[in-house]
Amino acid sequence: MNYLLGAFKPACNVSITFSDGKNRKQVPMKKENGQTALVPLFHSQDTISGKVCIDPYQGKKVEHNGVKVELLGQIEMYFDRGNFYDFTSLVRELDVPGEIYERKTYPFEFPTVEMPYETYNGVNVRLRYVLKVTVTRGYSGSILEYQELVVRNYAPLPDINNSIKMEVGIEDCLHIEFEYNKSKYHLKDVILGKIYFLLVRIKMKNMDLEIRRRESTGAGANTHVETETLAKFELMDGTPVRGESIPVRLFLAPYDLTPTHRNINNKYSVKYYLNLVLVDEEDRRYFKQQEITLYRLKEDTSS
Amino acid sequence: MRALAGVEDEEKWLAEGIAGIQHNAFFMHRALDANNLREVLKYSALMLSELRTSKLSPQKYYDLYMRAFDQLRQLEIFFKDESRHGLPVVDLYELVQHAGNILPRMYLLCTVGSVYIKSKQAPSKDVLKDLVEMCRGVQHPIRGLFLRSYLAQVSRDKLPEIGSDYEGDANTVMDAVEFVLQNFTEMNKLWVRIQHQGPGTVREKQEKERNELRDLVGKNLHVLGQIEGVDLEMYKETVLPRVLEQVVNCKDKLAQYYLMECIIQVFPDEYHLQTLEALLAACTQLMPTVDTKIVLTQLMDRLSNYAASSPDVLHEFLQVEAFAKLSNAIGKVIDTQLEMPIVGAMTLFVSLLTFTLRVHPDRLDYVDQVLGACVVKLSSVPKLEDSRAMKQVVALLSAPLEKYSDIVTALTLSNYPRVMDHLDDGTNKVMAMLIIQSIMKNDSCISTADKVEVLFELIKGLIKDLDGTNVEELDEEDFQEEQNSVARLIHMLDNEEPEEMLKIIYVVRKHLMTGGPQRLPFTVPPLVFSAVRLVRQLEAQGGNIAGEDVPATLRKIFQILNQTIEALSSVPCPELALRLYLQCAEAASDCDLEPVAYEFFTQAFILYEEEIADSKAQVTAIHLIVGTLQRINVFGVENRDTLTHKATGYSARLLKKPDQCRAVYACSHLFWVDDPEGIKDGERVLLCLRRALRIANAAQQMVNATRGSSGPVTLFVEILNKYIYFFEKGNPHITPSDIQSLIELINTEMLSDNGNTTIHSDPFFSSTLRYIRFQKQKGGVMGEKYDSIKL
Repeated sequence: MNYLLGAFKPACNVSITFSDGKNRKQVPMKKENGQTALVPLFHSQDTISGKVCIDPYQGKKVEHNGVKVELLGQIEMYFDRGNFYDFTSLVRELDVPGEIYERKTYPFEFPTVEMPYETYNGVNVRLRYVLKVTVTRGYSGSILEYQELVVRNYAPLPDINNSIKMEVGIEDCLHIEFEYNKSKYHLKDVILGKIYFLLVRIKMKNMDLEIRRRESTGAGANTHVETETLAKFELMDGTPVRGESIPVRLFLAPYDLTPTHRNINNKYSVKYYLNLVLVDEEDRRYFKQQEITLYRLKEDTSS
Repeated sequence: MRALAGVEDEEKWLAEGIAGIQHNAFFMHRALDANNLREVLKYSALMLSELRTSKLSPQKYYDLYMRAFDQLRQLEIFFKDESRHGLPVVDLYELVQHAGNILPRMYLLCTVGSVYIKSKQAPSKDVLKDLVEMCRGVQHPIRGLFLRSYLAQVSRDKLPEIGSDYEGDANTVMDAVEFVLQNFTEMNKLWVRIQHQGPGTVREKQEKERNELRDLVGKNLHVLGQIEGVDLEMYKETVLPRVLEQVVNCKDKLAQYYLMECIIQVFPDEYHLQTLEALLAACTQLMPTVDTKIVLTQLMDRLSNYAASSPDVLHEFLQVEAFAKLSNAIGKVIDTQLEMPIVGAMTLFVSLLTFTLRVHPDRLDYVDQVLGACVVKLSSVPKLEDSRAMKQVVALLSAPLEKYSDIVTALTLSNYPRVMDHLDDGTNKVMAMLIIQSIMKNDSCISTADKVEVLFELIKGLIKDLDGTNVEELDEEDFQEEQNSVARLIHMLDNEEPEEMLKIIYVVRKHLMTGGPQRLPFTVPPLVFSAVRLVRQLEAQGGNIAGEDVPATLRKIFQILNQTIEALSSVPCPELALRLYLQCAEAASDCDLEPVAYEFFTQAFILYEEEIADSKAQVTAIHLIVGTLQRINVFGVENRDTLTHKATGYSARLLKKPDQCRAVYACSHLFWVDDPEGIKDGERVLLCLRRALRIANAAQQMVNATRGSSGPVTLFVEILNKYIYFFEKGNPHITPSDIQSLIELINTEMLSDNGNTTIHSDPFFSSTLRYIRFQKQKGGVMGEKYDSIKL
């Protein structure tokens, strides 16, 4: 069986290593098959450099029409699976057509690459960066090797970050005023706030704060909107009386959040909302949704 | 929902809850053993989720809570040991807040928080403040109460009180106080809110359940009371105002009542004293349905005990004018709480009075003031009918009696009688009896007419029929006892000074005369004897009263006596009156007031003639008259003759022969008084005796005829004895032969009649004979006298 298998195996083993691979931070990423793999992390303007190593199997030679490495930034819409839209595409030719008999290493470098968008894995869309090595061959098909990258981009501290404050209610039934300390939060932030009860005429079971993600893809008539509740955090148990104020303290760290994405390449947007939900004893829900902006703050070097 | 469910269901739910806790606790322990923080947090949160149930009554919920509580202790030990979970406590503090459900989250946060404080990595006040703030998220009353009580419990030993490890730097005892106050306020709010849960039909059950929970709230006050370093200043400025604010504002009667009680119990007496004003002001602001009187009563009791504990503290009471403040507050409470039953108001007054008596025993004006307020209150309502209120009033009135153990003090209280006026007749009597008993017990002598006047005003329920009293309802025995008491009381009215004593007698008489025929037989004799005592005192002194000469005064007294005894005729009670007349006659005789004595005798005789009809009574009366008359030596010959004549005459007219006989021989003494100046009319003595003999003879014949009653031989022997008496006293008209013949007569009679009479008279007769023999043998003068008698 071994030789048979060998017949269909590619003639060589292609591997990609990054020059700073040992130091570079790796983050877990969910692959299509559901498994999580550790993937090197890059930021926009990073220089992506490394080596491509082609190692023919024992006693085999590899004929090729050229070797190249590409850095691709792709957006894939799931309703149009397999069809990638490349918004970034950089190529480095590594070798002229010829034959490879033994292990051969090609260094490559993409200096200060502009990677404006973050890697994103959504419900209906994904955005990925990938290094693609192609060993072009004629009849027997090219040999391809991919290396995924994760790109995360830091945003500076927003200049303006107002609190969210609002009074809402149902006439003669419930009046509340809520306040979140900011409108823009970084991903490890804490949402602090208070809910004031100005009028309470209904019996409440509990009050939750939800974080909802709204992903909209496509444009015009083809727009798909998908909303997920990422966090459901109980703020209050029981019915308060008039004048009561309930504290809000929600740590964002435990949740799988991304920064807010607005109109990424005209393909999709990802927005976040805080949804305050009051549930009464008859399980009726009263809610008020407020958009918040999430951004990625440059973490301390230590963490 | 819960209200509708049966007990059985509840048991089931509790069992399920316990099972849930045990199940998750098992996994938690496994994770603890493996030092797996993530799993520990997961299972502890799951375990605590069992506490989210709404199905259990407070009691059952407590059961559940305690089980979770035990597990949390284990968790705390784990959190404490950083080497086991590898996280700095500050990170842990954040991590537990990731829990999605608030109740488990808060329990975990409190647990970590306590570890956090202990680690001293953050100022305790910040952590405490954060915890107590974050607990606001649990607004469900029962769950919130238990959560906060958990917080109170884990933080109890970590408060930055003075002397604790956590005090210092920026952490002051004020922070500790602030924390406890806030937790208390929130807990109380939750507690009060329980009543708004569920339908009104289960109100009663809810009240009961709430009552079971009250100690959770009260615990905070205990903690406040125990925090080291809360000085008076802080208590006055911060603690008390905040607590009272909460108490007043919660507008819940159960809470107000319980919390006021707590405040009074947990804080030191001296603090109460210094903050009396605030405390009392709060009392007046409580809900009308709150039983303020009990609250106030407790407060006053505490203060009274405090005052009693040491005389050193008394000046503090004066300093803060405790009495005035209390008195005002009580007035306000009574005024504002219109629904308060009269018994409530009375209870308050009793407490206030007790307080006053203990704290200001020297301030009678205070006592009077309290009684005055009581009078005002009582006047505002119709006649008291509530027996409990009545009891309180009795207590109110008894208190000064007990305290001063001297009725005289009470007599100076002008409002005392006014309070008594509001009692019903029965109670009034009870009270009057109490007063009298108090006087008796303490042997206190009332020595001025004014006081006597007041006293009689107080006990007038006993002295006379009050309006509307139904005489027939009175219990005979009670009535007698009452009147006997009054009689005893009269003897306690005494003054060395005759002038004052006379006044007293006037006053007493004035009151007693209103008593009506029922009472007079009881009350007149002591009065008479009291007056007679004065008479004898005056006579002994021979002194003057206010310039008047003694006889004049005496005459006046006798006049009163006369009138007093005369009053008895309305009863009628002739025997008694007769005795009293005779007493007075004797007293008058001792004072050498012949006409007065004569007058009394006249009265006695009139009574005898007109009123005393019963033969036995007549016998007794005659003997009394004779006895008295015999002793009196003031009369001139003429008067005396008249009186003795009368007496002898009455004697002879008695119904039964033996009685006649005895009366007559008794009369013989009227003519022979055995003292140097006494009258010695031997002839008339003999006449009397002969007459007695004749009567005895007649009686003998009657007996012979009928064969009945006791033997007249006895009469003969008695007469014989009289003969012997006068013979010995040297009455010249009694001769040995008289005696001789009498003895023979008796012998003859005995021979002729050897029936039952013999046996009866034998011993008496033989001892008489033995006596004669003895005298004969003795020799000397007496022996010679007897010589001629042959036996």
